[in-house]
Amino acid sequence: MVLTSEAWPAVQRQFFSWFHFKESFPDVARGFWLDIRMFLVAEVLILAFALVLAMIRSLRGPAFFPLRAIVVTYIDLIRGVPILLLILLLGFGVPALQLTGVPTSRIFWGVAALVISYSAYTAEVYRAGIESVHESQRMSARSIGLTQVQALRFVIVPQAIRNVIPALLNGFVSLQKDVALVFVLGVREGLREADIYNARTFNYTSYVVAAVLFLLISVPVARFTDWYTERDRRRRQAMST
Amino acid sequence: MEWFKTTWGRVTIAAVAVLAVVLIIVAVSGGDDEDTAAPETTAAPETTDAAPETTAAPETTAAPETTAAPETTAAPETTTTTEAPSACAVENLPLVAADTLTVATGLPVFPPWMGVGDDNFDVPESGTGFEGALVFALAAELGFSDDQVTFVRTGFDEAIAPGPKDWDFNIQQYSITETRAEVVDFSDPYYTTKQSLVTIDGTSVIGATTLGDLADARLGAAIGTTSLDFIEDVIQPSEQASVYDDNVDLIAALVAGQIDGMIVDLPTAYFMTAVQIPEQGADGIIVAQFAIEAADPDNYGMLFAKGNELVPCVNEALAALDADGTLQALEDEWLAAGGDIATITE
Repeated sequence: MVLTSEAWPAVQRQFFSWFHFKESFPDVARGFWLDIRMFLVAEVLILAFALVLAMIRSLRGPAFFPLRAIVVTYIDLIRGVPILLLILLLGFGVPALQLTGVPTSRIFWGVAALVISYSAYTAEVYRAGIESVHESQRMSARSIGLTQVQALRFVIVPQAIRNVIPALLNGFVSLQKDVALVFVLGVREGLREADIYNARTFNYTSYVVAAVLFLLISVPVARFTDWYTERDRRRRQAMST
Repeated sequence: MEWFKTTWGRVTIAAVAVLAVVLIIVAVSGGDDEDTAAPETTAAPETTDAAPETTAAPETTAAPETTAAPETTAAPETTTTTEAPSACAVENLPLVAADTLTVATGLPVFPPWMGVGDDNFDVPESGTGFEGALVFALAAELGFSDDQVTFVRTGFDEAIAPGPKDWDFNIQQYSITETRAEVVDFSDPYYTTKQSLVTIDGTSVIGATTLGDLADARLGAAIGTTSLDFIEDVIQPSEQASVYDDNVDLIAALVAGQIDGMIVDLPTAYFMTAVQIPEQGADGIIVAQFAIEAADPDNYGMLFAKGNELVPCVNEALAALDADGTLQALEDEWLAAGGDIATITE
C-alpha cells in the first residue's frame, strides 16, 4: 500500500535517498561518536550517584529523616522538571553567572544535567530492587551485627541490583537517545548533524542515518538484556533445585 | 547448549531484520530515481481524475523541474506576457481560499520583518516591517484589497514537508537555494542581504577587520541559515561552528562565554543589538559586515508549494513593485542601511 501510493517516489526521495545517505553519513557519524562518549561518561556517573540516592532513601529510623527528606525532595523535584529545561538552565545559565572556577564548557554542563535528571529516575529503579528483597534478609543481616549501611552494602544491594538489571538497561537505551538533547547548547552531536543536513538540503535521509547508528547500539543492548535475564533466571532455578 | 543456540538465533534474526529493512529501502531508492518516478505518477491520476481536478496537475510535474532554474534569474515574465492579464486576475488565481490571499509566516514574527512597534509585536496584519509591508503592497498589485489578505502561521521546516499546503505562499526570510528549490518553488528574490558579525562587550572578535582576524574565533550561527554556510565556506575558522536553533540561543551562548561571536544577516543584526541582546543584559555590537558574497548568495524569496501556478503572477507583481521603486522604498524604510560598521572584504 505504501509503496504503490503515487506520492511514494517523492516521499522516498525525501527520506530514503542513497545519495543523501552517503552525503550525510560522515558528519552524522562524527557527531554520533561524541554521543557515545557523552553517554558512557554519563551512564557511569548515573549508576553510582543513583545508587547512593537509593541507599539513603532506604535507610530507616528517625536519625536519618533529614537525609531521606532531602533525597525524596530531590527525586520528586527533578523528575517533575523537563530535562530540556535542566540542560538549558545549567548549560546557558550557570556559565552566564561568570563565577570564577566554574567551567563554561557546554558538554560538561550538558552531561551534568543528564546525570542529575537520570539519577532521579534510576534511584527509583534501585529502590524498587531494594524493596523487592525479602525483609528477612535485612533482619538476618542486622541480627548478625551489621549496621544499616553494611546490611545494604553487603546483603541487600547485591540482590537488589540483580532484580532490576532489565530496568537499568532499559534506562541505558533511553539515555542513549536523550544524550542528543545537548544539541540545544549548540553541541554538534549526531542528531544535530542530521538536523543541520536536513535544514540545508530539505532532505530527511540524514535522520535515517542517525536512526541506523542508534539502532546499531540499542538493538544489541536489548538483546544482551534478554540474554542476561534469561541466564540469570536459569541459574536461580538451577540453584533452587 | 539449547538456550545459547536460541539466543543467538534471536540475535541473528533481529540484526538481519534491521539490516534487511535498511537494505530494502536503500535498494528500492538506489541510483537516480527520476525515470522510475515519472511513469508511476503520470499513469494513475490522469485517467482517474478527468476534468474537474485542476489542482491535480502540479503533483505530476516530475519532468519540468528543470525549468525551475530560470525563476531565480531576473526577468522570466517575457514568456508569460500573452496570457498574463487574464490568468493573473484575482478571480483566476489558483488560491487555497476563494478571493483571499492566504499568506503563511512564522510564529512569532519579529521586527524588522513584520510587526514593528510596541503595539504591533507579532501582528503581521499591521502591515509594518519590511515583509509585512511588502505583503500588502504585493496584494494590492495583484488586485486584492487589504482585508482580503489573511495570515496563517507555520513552522519554518514544516513548510517544506511533502504534501498539500493550506496557504498560497509562505514568507519568513527563506533564503533561495538550489537544493530547496528541488522540493518547493520560490518567487524571484525580494531582498538580498549581507552577512555580519555580532558580538557583545569584551570578546576577542571586537575590532576584526579581515577574515584572518577571525581565524581562531569561536563562531556560531542558527541552523538552516546561509550564515552557517558562510562560516564554513568563507570564514573557515579553525574551530568548528556552533549551531543553535534560533537567535535567542545564540545570544545565550554568547552571554555564557561559549562563543566569541555570531554570524547573522545585517537586518537581523540591527534588531538583535537594538532589542534582543539588551534584554539579556549585555551590550550588543555589530563588529562588521561582509562585502563577500557567500557561495550561495543570500536572496530571500517567497516559498510556494511545488508547481504552484501562482508563482508567475507574484513574480510579475514583484517586478512591477521593483520597477516603480516601491521595493527600494520599503527597504529604506524598514531595513536601515549600515553606518559606521567595518566592512570586511578579504
